[in-house]
Amino acid sequence: MNEDVYIIGAGIHPFGRTDSRSGRDQGVFAVREALKDAGLEWRDVEFAYGGSAAAGSADIMVNELGLTSVPFINVANGCATGGSALTAAQNAIAAGACDIALAVGFDKHPRGAFNAKPAEYGLPEWYGETGLMLTTQFFALKIQRYMALHGISRRSLGLVAEKAFRNGTLCDHAWRRSPVDLDTILNAPIVNDPLTKYMFCSPAEGAVALILASAKKVRELGADAVRIASVAFRTRPEGSFEVFAPSIKVGGGGKPTELASRAAFEMAGIGPEDVSLAQLQDTESGAEIMHMAENGFCADGDQEQWLAEGWSEIGGKMPINTDGGCLACGEPIGASGLRQVYENMVQLRGRGGQRQVPNDPKVGYSHVYGAPGLSAVAILER
Amino acid sequence: MSALAPIAPGLWTDEAEPRLIGARRPDGEIIFPVPDGDAAAALEPVALSRRGTLWSWTTQSFEPKEPYCGPRPFQPFLVGYVELPGEVIVETRIVEAEPTDLEIGMPMIFTIVPFDDCRATYAFRPERKP
Repeated sequence: MNEDVYIIGAGIHPFGRTDSRSGRDQGVFAVREALKDAGLEWRDVEFAYGGSAAAGSADIMVNELGLTSVPFINVANGCATGGSALTAAQNAIAAGACDIALAVGFDKHPRGAFNAKPAEYGLPEWYGETGLMLTTQFFALKIQRYMALHGISRRSLGLVAEKAFRNGTLCDHAWRRSPVDLDTILNAPIVNDPLTKYMFCSPAEGAVALILASAKKVRELGADAVRIASVAFRTRPEGSFEVFAPSIKVGGGGKPTELASRAAFEMAGIGPEDVSLAQLQDTESGAEIMHMAENGFCADGDQEQWLAEGWSEIGGKMPINTDGGCLACGEPIGASGLRQVYENMVQLRGRGGQRQVPNDPKVGYSHVYGAPGLSAVAILER
Repeated sequence: MSALAPIAPGLWTDEAEPRLIGARRPDGEIIFPVPDGDAAAALEPVALSRRGTLWSWTTQSFEPKEPYCGPRPFQPFLVGYVELPGEVIVETRIVEAEPTDLEIGMPMIFTIVPFDDCRATYAFRPERKP
């Protein structure tokens, strides 16, 4: 394996809605915050990777940040845009191509965005016309079956959302900052059975930037660094059940999350039991529940006890989505995966304030999942 | 009823008891629908079973955005997957059922239903015990 790579600066533009700033301006804001955090100037960045799904090209940011001739590669990889930028930046440093690199993701989606067009996914028009091509349906269909097979209750779906909004009240980059009680969540209008409107995240805006550095640079700068133990991402294997699937293989198959998780643990040389806290893709409440098992943190069905006992709360044995996750922060696609890494940086450096995970956490795990079936996992170690 | 045109050609067979048309890949696996273009070249069309079991289901309680083009005013509908044993699991509308009727694993049977005033689509409904 190549040399270790570290994150030495992390910046965020608050998630939610910022009418006065374009998505890219939010990206510029995040880059400046990350540079400040690392104690560096824009001219110190030797390589940059970034992108958005719906807010334009990242490399235009040099107009505001400075025309330093930095090589800047635009990344466009859907829900894995941020994770792909991070992977690329890490590889550039590990390969010895540079000592300081930027990974940035940003986005700005209008209210009620995300209406997919069949042709863009290689699907026939009738599939969209008849109302089968909705991401919310997919998540409901997946958790509906999972609940029946593994004994997960509707109440557990509500507990996940309640935790997210509670954590969001403690987090200054979260969008939803007010608590929502369990009864309100469970009795809200149903979007797709069994999921109510409080159990789904919404399209949003926001930006995250991370400054990565080589070991040599960390020593030189005396930086407050966190090591990237591993980054892995995988697309869907044969037989997996994914969004926008007119048919599925009988008997099922692998899952991109399981594959990415296994690869990330193997690369890091640790297991789920070594993880102090995790940020897991929670497009909706059921996704967090299923992803707990797909990432190896519990067996199928054990989530019922986890949630009843509060094991995934801040202060529990393995806190999950300490900043409120997608449910409280919303989902700006290009930035969402990097937000999870940002939150782990905050926690591992002990800067979480009211939401700080106690007992000096050492290992932070993050997992992003998206259409049309891809997962990225990053493990950070203090 | 028979005056309604199919929502798309080639989705189901034209016979008294119509069946969905899937495609068998060289490795034996069946997919649905039959893809367009070059992807169809190595595939063999196959009429699928009319009977299966409910694999999962959900409600569609709000009107989907474009490209959805169902009748107005919007009528909520049910969506699910039905496993056709030994063949493939297909996504489908579910008709003649309420959410409380549905149970994963229950027997389902294929049917053709009106989509709007001039077009028909496919669906599955619970198979009633005789």
